[in-house]
Amino acid sequence: MIVDLALVGGILALALGVLVARQAFAAVALFIGYGLLLALAWGRLGLMDVALTEAAIGAGLSGVLLLAAARRLSAAPAQEDSPPGRVTRALIGAGCAILTCAVGAAVLLLPDAPPGLAAEVAANQRATALGNPVASVLMAFRGLDTLLESAVLVLAVICTVALAPDQGWAGPPGAPQPQADGPLALLARLLPPLGIVVAAHIFWIGVDAPGGKFQAAAILAAMWLLPWMAGIAPAPPIGTRALRITVAAGPALFIAVGLLGAMLTGAFLAWPSGFEKPLILIVEVALTLSIAAALALLVMGPRT
Amino acid sequence: MTGWSMLPLLAVMLPVLGMVLAPALGARGAERLTLALLPVGFALALGTAAAVQALGVPLVHHLGHWTPPLGLALGADGIGAAMLLTSTVVVAGVAVFARAGFGTSLGMPERRAAFAFWPLLLAIWGGLNLAVTARDLFTLYVALELLTFAAVPIVCLDGRRETLAAALRYLLFALLGSVLYLLGVALIYGAAGTLDIGLLAGRLAATPPVLVAAALMTAGLMAKTALLPLHLWLPPAHAGAPAAGSALLSALVVKGSFVILVRLWAGVLPPSPAAMQALAGCGAAAILLGGVAALAQTRLKLLVAYSTVAQIGYLVLMFPLLAVPGVAEKAWTGGVLQAVSHALAKSGMFLAVGLMTERLGHDRVADLAGASRVAPRPLLAFGLSALTLMGVPPSGGFAAKWLLLSTAIEAGQWWWGLVILTGGLLTGGYAYRVLSAALRAGPAAAAPLPHDSRDTVALGLALLALLLGMLPLASFGLLQIGRVGP
Repeated sequence: MIVDLALVGGILALALGVLVARQAFAAVALFIGYGLLLALAWGRLGLMDVALTEAAIGAGLSGVLLLAAARRLSAAPAQEDSPPGRVTRALIGAGCAILTCAVGAAVLLLPDAPPGLAAEVAANQRATALGNPVASVLMAFRGLDTLLESAVLVLAVICTVALAPDQGWAGPPGAPQPQADGPLALLARLLPPLGIVVAAHIFWIGVDAPGGKFQAAAILAAMWLLPWMAGIAPAPPIGTRALRITVAAGPALFIAVGLLGAMLTGAFLAWPSGFEKPLILIVEVALTLSIAAALALLVMGPRT
Repeated sequence: MTGWSMLPLLAVMLPVLGMVLAPALGARGAERLTLALLPVGFALALGTAAAVQALGVPLVHHLGHWTPPLGLALGADGIGAAMLLTSTVVVAGVAVFARAGFGTSLGMPERRAAFAFWPLLLAIWGGLNLAVTARDLFTLYVALELLTFAAVPIVCLDGRRETLAAALRYLLFALLGSVLYLLGVALIYGAAGTLDIGLLAGRLAATPPVLVAAALMTAGLMAKTALLPLHLWLPPAHAGAPAAGSALLSALVVKGSFVILVRLWAGVLPPSPAAMQALAGCGAAAILLGGVAALAQTRLKLLVAYSTVAQIGYLVLMFPLLAVPGVAEKAWTGGVLQAVSHALAKSGMFLAVGLMTERLGHDRVADLAGASRVAPRPLLAFGLSALTLMGVPPSGGFAAKWLLLSTAIEAGQWWWGLVILTGGLLTGGYAYRVLSAALRAGPAAAAPLPHDSRDTVALGLALLALLLGMLPLASFGLLQIGRVGP
């Protein structure tokens, strides 16, 4: 109880800190802390899958992305718009307060025993050949959403490339990273072998326990980004065919297997019985690599 | 679940697969793949419409044989089939048009804009097809994501500072819309335990959580549809994009969130006459203020963009009429016809304006003199599109606006009729401004006009919008299939 109260207090305090921070860098640092506390809160609620994703993507990769943005902003300060007047600020505050109260009240007024699908998921899980209910939802019951979200990641990579300048857009993504020394260089050499093993483990246990391809992909992406940030391993050019195929392969294979199910069983994304596990595994391996590459490219950003 | 039910699903997966493969194929490969997919996509959309019409019931496909609420359903009803056909026709026209600007001939180095354009086009196609066929509120959210992330970079494809600012503003509005919609989806799941549109029908009572969800989702979708007062992002974004992009944004992207809004209020959310009056009130304000703003513009592309703000207003006029027995059917047909005819006419108009701008070297309305010499066919396309936007018979826009006007009067809500008539006058006004300036004699054309196949595309889309009005209304029985309401 005390732990939970401290967590709630911490989350609220950090959220407030993000809003009132005057320096972009301080706001980002508070935001990363906020994401980590949020991950702890999900863990306290027993939702380890959500907690892992929040820590890896919400705090980790988004944090790196925001830090890079804050650094670029401080290097080339943007022209500031004139701050909104007193009346505008009061109106914005009132609007936000009303919205917060309405959403808060709505959540509190939801039925005490909210209707949900947990029981139905548990009843049908055996048919999906997966032990982790979250994996069953992602790969079987709502496989279409997972497939489309992985396609959205490819689209996001195309969006970042579209923002590069015309000259040299097909070169290595992001800004060139100077060779680092000290702790970053050491970490960049020590951590990746370990991280890749951890990612493989998280991927593998995801079938039956919390974990899975998104979390594993986020760790893999971080293991690629570390040596890149330390200036040890330059990123391959966007024009490289192999890099592009890596990004596209996972979702493309997912769609192909979905069409295979449509031909064999009459329903798109139906896993042919008897082959569920190997097919899901092949698709998930390809998806993990594609998502990892896409996440890393998104953090590196367009060529500057 | 019959074999036909696979058709709408394939119509969604075809462009999505193309979009995923595009980066691996490179700009030239993606362009050729897109052109190869167009006839297949058209056959799928036509097959869907024929199957819905022949069977008389919506097609429904259960993904992986899992039935809702556990699994996901995807399918096509009348409005879905009509929008699938519309998106395919507009995308095909824009793709053929865009080859001149974003094409890569053999041996040419890959350009950034060409690398990005083809997958973005495919993503808009797939996103819209998903938005009109998905039967699950979260899958619809993914459709909105696809549409947003494809539409925003198209705005700033040329990389100029102004278009980057316009794209950023669009992104902020669109993300706000996404967040509000998603919050509403979460509340609805908490209240009902399912997100399937079919299962939700009639199940939601007007409890506080549902009302908050309704308000959040409506506001979010209004921001994405650019319905006044959340339209501020539209004019700079639609006017800043390259012509092919503007056509996609105005014709298709804003229609995706509109169809979701229709699905929510006609079938999912508890009926609320006050909310419907407010929504149509926003539409009326959009028609009037958008029309006045279009009249005041000095740049042609901005004028056409403000015209989109006004035409979006007509779309929501059907909402208060859908609950009135006896007129609901006609109002529904009018609303859907407005979405389809505006998509065809506005894509034709934006392409025509792009061609006129290219040949004149500017898009100042006051200096259009001579446009009839250097760009006669685009000018004709502009005029024909304007007929649909005004609602002059025999265009598709006339059929749509006539149905909305007559049902408003039959339902005793005559005030919407006044708005429709005034809006038609305003549209006539800004179209006249352009046409009268463009028909003035200008400097004589130096050389005979070369044949440009893009002229034919713009004219073709405008003509289709016109011909839509000549279809006998009985054939729109298709649109009624799967409609929920009196």
